[in-house]
Amino acid sequence: MLTSGWGNYPKVDAELFSSSKIQDIISYIGNNNNLIPQGFARSYGDSALNGHILSTRKLDHFIEFDSEKGIITAQAGVLFSEILQIVVPKGWFLPVTPGTKYVTLGGAISSDVHGKNHHKHGTLGQYVESMDILLANGEIKHCSKSENSELFNSAIAGMGLMGVILSATLKLHKIETAYIKQKVIKTRSLEELYELFEINRNYTYSVSWIDITGGARRSVNGLLMLGEHALREDLQVNKEKKDVIAGNPLDVPFYFPNIVLNHSTIKIFNTLYYAKELKKEKNAITYFDSYFYPLDIVNNWNKVYGHRGFLQYQFVVPLEHGLQAIKQILNKIADYGQASFLTVLKTFGKRNDFVLSFPDEGYTLAMDFPLTRGLFPMFDELDKIVLDYGGRFYLTKDAHLSPETFRKSNPEIEKFLEIKAKYDPNNKFQSLQSKRLGF
Amino acid sequence: MNKNVLIIGGTSDIGFAIASEFAHIGFDITLLGRERDALKVNANDLSIRHNINANYYFLDILDLSSIDEFLNNYKQVPDGVIYSIGYLGDQAKAQNEFDEAKKIVDINFTNSMKILNHFANQFEQKQSGFIIGISSVAGDRGRQSNYIYGSAKAAFSTYLSGLRNRLSGKNVQVITVKPGFVRTKMTAGLPLPEKLTSTPKMVAKDVIKGWKKHKDIIYTKSIWRWIMLAIKIVPEKIFKKTNI
Repeated sequence: MLTSGWGNYPKVDAELFSSSKIQDIISYIGNNNNLIPQGFARSYGDSALNGHILSTRKLDHFIEFDSEKGIITAQAGVLFSEILQIVVPKGWFLPVTPGTKYVTLGGAISSDVHGKNHHKHGTLGQYVESMDILLANGEIKHCSKSENSELFNSAIAGMGLMGVILSATLKLHKIETAYIKQKVIKTRSLEELYELFEINRNYTYSVSWIDITGGARRSVNGLLMLGEHALREDLQVNKEKKDVIAGNPLDVPFYFPNIVLNHSTIKIFNTLYYAKELKKEKNAITYFDSYFYPLDIVNNWNKVYGHRGFLQYQFVVPLEHGLQAIKQILNKIADYGQASFLTVLKTFGKRNDFVLSFPDEGYTLAMDFPLTRGLFPMFDELDKIVLDYGGRFYLTKDAHLSPETFRKSNPEIEKFLEIKAKYDPNNKFQSLQSKRLGF
Repeated sequence: MNKNVLIIGGTSDIGFAIASEFAHIGFDITLLGRERDALKVNANDLSIRHNINANYYFLDILDLSSIDEFLNNYKQVPDGVIYSIGYLGDQAKAQNEFDEAKKIVDINFTNSMKILNHFANQFEQKQSGFIIGISSVAGDRGRQSNYIYGSAKAAFSTYLSGLRNRLSGKNVQVITVKPGFVRTKMTAGLPLPEKLTSTPKMVAKDVIKGWKKHKDIIYTKSIWRWIMLAIKIVPEKIFKKTNI
């Protein structure tokens, strides 16, 4: 079966296996090599692809929910959207969420996903109390910070390479309402944006969209979006809002022709978006769904890039000289005449203990590029700049890094491989990405 | 108190999908089956997702004493009963080994009566309730590839039809569900034509829709009604020479 990640690149021929029975999964692992676990296949590149894909989508049962303490245990294949449906009405929220709710619990842990609250709350892995992991030899190991902690610390952010996460227990975040108090500030330059990130560091959620179509040689327009969970008293002014989970997302039932998304359309989009926000600052109360998951409203938005697919490029650079690094990157992109449809900039907080975890204190930039001939040479040059500034890359979005760049930016890989050799001595679990990056 | 529905075959893919649909509209659920661990996982999932009460009992449809034991322990009268146990078996084996043929018929038909008769009598007496049986399009005409399974399902469909006739004046709804191809554990590994193949969730949605509309017989996907009509009207003289 021809399959791919969210970026529709690369496309590979793979065998997809899924079962709700642990025993069947154990036999499948016993009988096959070259395996990678996969959740909802929302990682962009080749990190959840291989010849044999072990989908956890049929492991989709909830095991326990303590609505007093806010602790939920579920099998790895449940979606964040399903968790939200259960926990939000009881006054709880995901401790950390990425920009889509269509990810599985197991996949999100394996990527150690981050969200708009990273500067305050860190990554998802920091809220995992314990997990059951199925190892290559068929053994199921329970692990937590105190039990089998080495396995725990390397399976979180482990890209599915340590074994199959079967279930996990997550500590939730208490909320009073299902709404977000949002503040949007228009910015005219990167300096202004940085300063505002700094001033507003006490906000739980912060993220910015920037328009990079002109590079950094002219002013870079941006929108800083800040948010807090609304309290009951905040809703007094907005009583007409109803407490309901949003309905079915709209489908994009066809592929846009490849031609639609060229440089000028992206520029028009960015200008329009920026112009839509007329005032300098705008405050609003919005339902959590539209705040956290604006793109989920369009199901399969990835198809707007056409059949050829697209690549994400996300890195983090340390705070010091971070601004300079990002300007160099933006100028390089402009020199290549490339453009990113949606560019997200955010500050990260401190690094955690998980061996391969991506977020590190500094600035992170995430960009989408439709796949074109000039893209990979440009990426190679961007990689050099990121390396020069001591940055690192997000594996969940990667489909292009070279083994050399990867090793330089991830010195922890040696430790990871040492631990992997203990739990998966025959290297049963591999992905196209781990093979490409030589680990 | 919530209404409740009894799912005989609570770990079957279709049984669990139907249980989820009833839980979604506020029914309490009782699951029956052989695999205690899997029953527990399914019951927990139903109660967490849908905020209802879900429990489970052990029952092995091939072990008649386990049916007696369940009926002795289960004191309440449910609002509905769903029979979703099915066994495809191995046609070639069943042609040569009577035990396999008997097993196919016992699971799909004979032993179902031991438990459905019990609840049919209760429902008749209290003049309310519903019985939903998961039969199969395979019961609509005997074909060489699966006629032992097909004949068990034919008997099951006929049993449900008679039950419906008997209980129609007693405010008891009896529904025969005839799925075509469905992607389940039972059909895992079989090459199934995409357009004619349904999922347990789609079957469950069709069942709930049919139940609300007081349907008697539900084909799912609905196109199977017309496919089976076409298959049924072929004269036996010609049909016997076909290979479908």
